[in-house]
Order: sequence, then structure tokens, then C-alpha cells
Amino acid sequence: MIKMTKYSMYTKMIWNALLRRRSRMLIALLAVAIGATVVSGLVTIYYDVPRQMGREFRSYGANLLLTPAGDQQVMAQNLVANATTLLPSDKLIGIAPYLYDRIKLNEQPFLVAGTHFQAVKKVSPYWQIRGEWPADQSEDIVIGAEVAERLEIEPGEQVTLAAAGSETEKKVKVAGILRTGGSEENFIFLDLSLLQQMLKKEGVISIAQVSITANEAELNTLTQQIGEQVPGVAPRLVKQVTQSEQTVLGKLQALVYLVTIVVLLLTLICVATTMMAVVTERRKEIGLKKALGAENRSIILEFLGEGLALGALGGLLGTILGFFFAQAVSVNVFGRMISFQPLIALLALIVSIAVTGLACLIPVKIATEVEPAIVLRGE
Amino acid sequence: MSLLELHNVSMIYGSVKALQGIDLTVEKGEWLALMGPSGSGKTTLMNIIGCMDKASTGSIVLDGVDFTDVTAGNLTMLRRDKIGLVFQQFHLIPYLTAVENLMVAQYYHSMPDEQEALIALERVGLKERARHLPSQLSGGEQQRVCIARALINYPMLILADEPTGNLDETNAKIVLEFFQQLHREGHTIIMVTHDPKVAELAERCIVLEHGRIANRKDRRIVCREEEVS
Ligand SMILES: Nc1ncnc2c1ncn2[C@@H]1O[C@H](COP(=O)(O)OP(=O)(O)OP(=O)(O)O)[C@@H](O)[C@H]1O
Ligand SMILES: [Mg+2]
Repeated sequence: MIKMTKYSMYTKMIWNALLRRRSRMLIALLAVAIGATVVSGLVTIYYDVPRQMGREFRSYGANLLLTPAGDQQVMAQNLVANATTLLPSDKLIGIAPYLYDRIKLNEQPFLVAGTHFQAVKKVSPYWQIRGEWPADQSEDIVIGAEVAERLEIEPGEQVTLAAAGSETEKKVKVAGILRTGGSEENFIFLDLSLLQQMLKKEGVISIAQVSITANEAELNTLTQQIGEQVPGVAPRLVKQVTQSEQTVLGKLQALVYLVTIVVLLLTLICVATTMMAVVTERRKEIGLKKALGAENRSIILEFLGEGLALGALGGLLGTILGFFFAQAVSVNVFGRMISFQPLIALLALIVSIAVTGLACLIPVKIATEVEPAIVLRGE
Repeated sequence: MSLLELHNVSMIYGSVKALQGIDLTVEKGEWLALMGPSGSGKTTLMNIIGCMDKASTGSIVLDGVDFTDVTAGNLTMLRRDKIGLVFQQFHLIPYLTAVENLMVAQYYHSMPDEQEALIALERVGLKERARHLPSQLSGGEQQRVCIARALINYPMLILADEPTGNLDETNAKIVLEFFQQLHREGHTIIMVTHDPKVAELAERCIVLEHGRIANRKDRRIVCREEEVS
């Protein structure tokens, strides 16, 4: 049989101390695991929240409006296209053009807006459609909930559209009914080119709503650039959302930061207390080891080894649980999945080991102060 | 040269004079019994001889090494190399098996060697119980593991503080037979006991009273039954 090395005896002692004293060690393990769970979960959320919240705030609508310059009512559609070239395409979520006017639906006058439904879906994700969105290039329309209520129209019904002052009528299908909780519910929406055709206003729009992922400073620069380089277009920031977004995010991150620190401190105290109890409980064992000739160095290495093994095990467990915790939060609060971040996992593991190591310092110091003479005394 | 020489050794804990002016010589291969009433300083003396405590005053020479003035680190080394300990409460590490408990002693001394540890267990008749935890062994079996552990690093001196104190008569007998065998093999043994029958097995017996070695005619406790007459 091969002679056992000192190292493998060392690991054997540590493993058995952990495995065969399960109930005691489970508490310490649980403390570390819970700490690591909360920390890794919170750190994941900490890094994910700005991304998530950024998107979330986007869903409150456009943050940049392109309007006709001066006192013009409409502007050329190609001017908007020019302005678009100045926007960074990787951050652009969508541009929805709108042409506003009046129209008769089943012989009653209503406000109408021509737009691109595909773009609206991106810029105004909060639109709730009962029925369906109109298919691409179809002549189907969407009507606001107020309009539908007044005329008692259900999705799928046929209606008659007529431009004011014109005799040409058009039969179209109502694909869906819109709820936003806002003024949109009084509008009739149809495809932009169809409306332009009916009103004989080809190539013009009233406004374009832009949704873009950018902070306030970036938005300001963009606004300035468009204003200077695209005459005829007056860009305007939708201010409140951008500002409140920054404030809310800042506060959220500060909160997460604070909670993380508190949890780490609690874990530290809990592990330190458990290790302290472990050392007290094992005074006789420490005394015996010393009586057998163990040096302080060996005692320190053994308790530190136990502590660090606990830290690593608990950290690993907590990191895995933490990911699911963050995932649950993200799915329930933001409705989106998050991806596993190896760097955060590694960080949580290192922090767990460091915290348990730190927590072991005082208990280990006490362990070294145990006198071997106590093993002969009956205490 | 004697194995152990104590000269004028005293131990004072604050106001308690646990030992006063102890002179004691133990020869190689001798079996010495140490008796005395509770609180007379027996354990204190064992701790000093076993290099686990430093005496307040006096000189101690063990195996030619004067450790009156050694540092704590050297005391640890002396203890590791020269002393084997047997305790009344056995003191096995509860989460390690019998053989692992022996290997711990090897580990702190030099190198763990499972084969040798198994042979040592075989000597005390516990080869079959090598993989059992202390909680799965009877008191007598635990004490035998403790004896095997005390011997594993070939100590010069075996110190046993009431090794049969926690055992019933049958187990005490088995354990004492091991000590007799060790004595025949030439081991040096110092054993604390309250039992005159146990003390009788030893070659020599001293009695401590109030921290001093009592004269034969003064002392109340008797070492050997023949002394009564
Ligand atoms: N660490 C200590 N601090 C103070 N006093 C101590 C200490 N250790 C021992 N003593 C005292 O020293 C005296 C001798 O104690 P010791 O343990 O050596 O007695 P003993 O002969 O082994 O007794 P027993 O038969 O009960 O085991 C006692 O009065 C005890 O109270
Ligand atoms: Mg005693």
C-alpha cells in the first residue's frame, strides 16, 4: 500500500470534520449559502436592472419626437429619413411616423392617424390590441376603444371610411380595438400610405416618434445634431421619462448596493458565530491535537481549511441558487429571462470564500490559545 | 542515567500551591504508580512531566534533555517525540475512525502510515474495528485505541492518568493486561490511579498529598495491600 502523504491526511481530516459533523456544519453552510445566494442574486440584478429598466422605460413610449420646424403642420417624409441617418442604428428601437387628420367612419367624423403598425409595435409596446394587429400591407384598421364603444364595433367587423369633403368611400375591416389609457383611444389608425392616398397628402407626415436607447446627454447631442443638419425638422426630447429613468435607476442601484453590504455583514457575523461555537465545542479536540504534538500552524491550517471549504461549498451552492433567484425576480418583475454571467458567479464564489476566511480569523485565533494541559483535566 | 529526573519542582496557580518541591527519579523501563487524594496535584505533575505545562520552578531532565528553560515550541517538539498519553476520557476525535485517530498522531509526529496504524490496532485486538467511529466502540475498546495511539510514535515515556477510571471491571482488566505487556516489553510507564489493586501492578508507588510526595508512615492512602499489615 502506498504511503499516505501528509496532504491527503489533512484533506481527510477536514472532509470528515465537515461530513461527519453534518448538523453543526449544515448551519454554517446554510449561512454562507444564503449570503451567497442573496449577494449573487442582487449583483446579477444590479447589473441587469439598468438594462431591464432601460427597456422597461422605453415601453412607456418614444423619448424623441421629430416635428415640423416653424409653424408648419406637416413635413416631408424624406426629411425624417434624413434625420434617421444621424441616429446610431444599434441603439435605435424604432421610428413611428404619424399623419393626423379627420375622417368619417360610418358617416361620423373622427380623428385619424396614419402610421406603420410594425413601427408602432416597437415604439409603443404598451399598446394593447383586442383582436389582432393589421397584417403587413393590408388595408385593415385599428380603432380606439372610445370609438369602438361609441359605434358598438367589434373586431372583425366591416366599416366604411370616407375622407372629409370627398365622395370616395372605402370598405375596410377592423382588425383590432386599441386600449392605452390615453388619447389614442379616440383615434382611428390605418396604414400611413393608405391614409395619404385617401387624403391626397402623399409623402407628408405630421410627426415621427422615435424610441432610442440613450441617456440624457446622448439624447441632447442627437437633438442638437438633427436640428443643425436637417432643416425643416425640429427634434424635441420627451424629457420627463429620461430624467426619472436616471433617478430611479440610481436609487435602485444604491439600494441594491446597501442591501448587499448588509447581507455580507450578516453572513460574516453568522459564520463567525458558528465557527466560534465550533471552536468552543471542540476545545478538547484542539487540546488533544496539541497534546499529540500539533503546532499552532497545523491548528490554524485545519480550522481555516474547514472554514474555506465551507465558504467554497456554500458559495457554490449560493451562486447557483442566486442565479435562479435573480432569474425569478427578472421573470416576475420584468418579464424577461437573464443570461448566466460567469464573471458574477466567480465573484460571488470569491466573495463567499473571502467572507468565511475573514469570519474564521477570530475563532482560529482562539483555537491557537487552547492549552494542551486541558485534556488531562476533567473540565 | 535515569530517564526522568525532577528536582525541587513546584507549580503555583495564583494562590494555589499545586506542587511543592517535588524530587522524583524514574528509571528506564520502570512502572511507577502515582496515587493521592483528589486535588493533591497528580494531574498537575503529569502535565509537567508530559511537557504540556511548564513548572513554576525547579529543573526537569527527560532522556538527557533539560527542559527547564525551553520555549513553548520546543516543548511541543519534546512532547511529540518522547511522550505517549492515555486519558481517563479517552479523547478520541469523534469524527475520525479508529485507524484515522491513530493516523492523526502519526500525522502530527511525522507521516501518516495506514499500514502501521492497522498493525497497532491489531496489537490491541481491534483490527476488525479499524473503520469504526469512536461512538461505535465500547469504552474499553476506545481505551485500547487510545493505548494504541499512545504507542504509535514509539515514545520514551507513557503517561496514563486514571486509564481505568471510566471502565468496568472486565474492561479495566483487559486494559491493565496491555499495560503489563508493555511493561514486560520494557516501556517506561507512569500511571495515576485511585485503585490500590491497580497500583499493586506497578513496581513502585508514590503518594502525593497537598502537592508533596508523602512519607510512607505519614500518608493515609496505601499503595499496596501488604503495606497495610
Ligand atoms: N489551571 C489551574 N488554575 C488554578 N488552579 C488549578 C489549576 N489546575 C489545577 N489547579 C489546582 O491545583 C490543585 C491540584 O490539581 P490536580 O488536578 O493536579 O489534582 P489531582 O490530584 O489530579 O486531582 P483528581 O484526583 O481530582 O484528578 C487543585 O487544588 C486544583 O484546584
Ligand atoms: Mg487528576
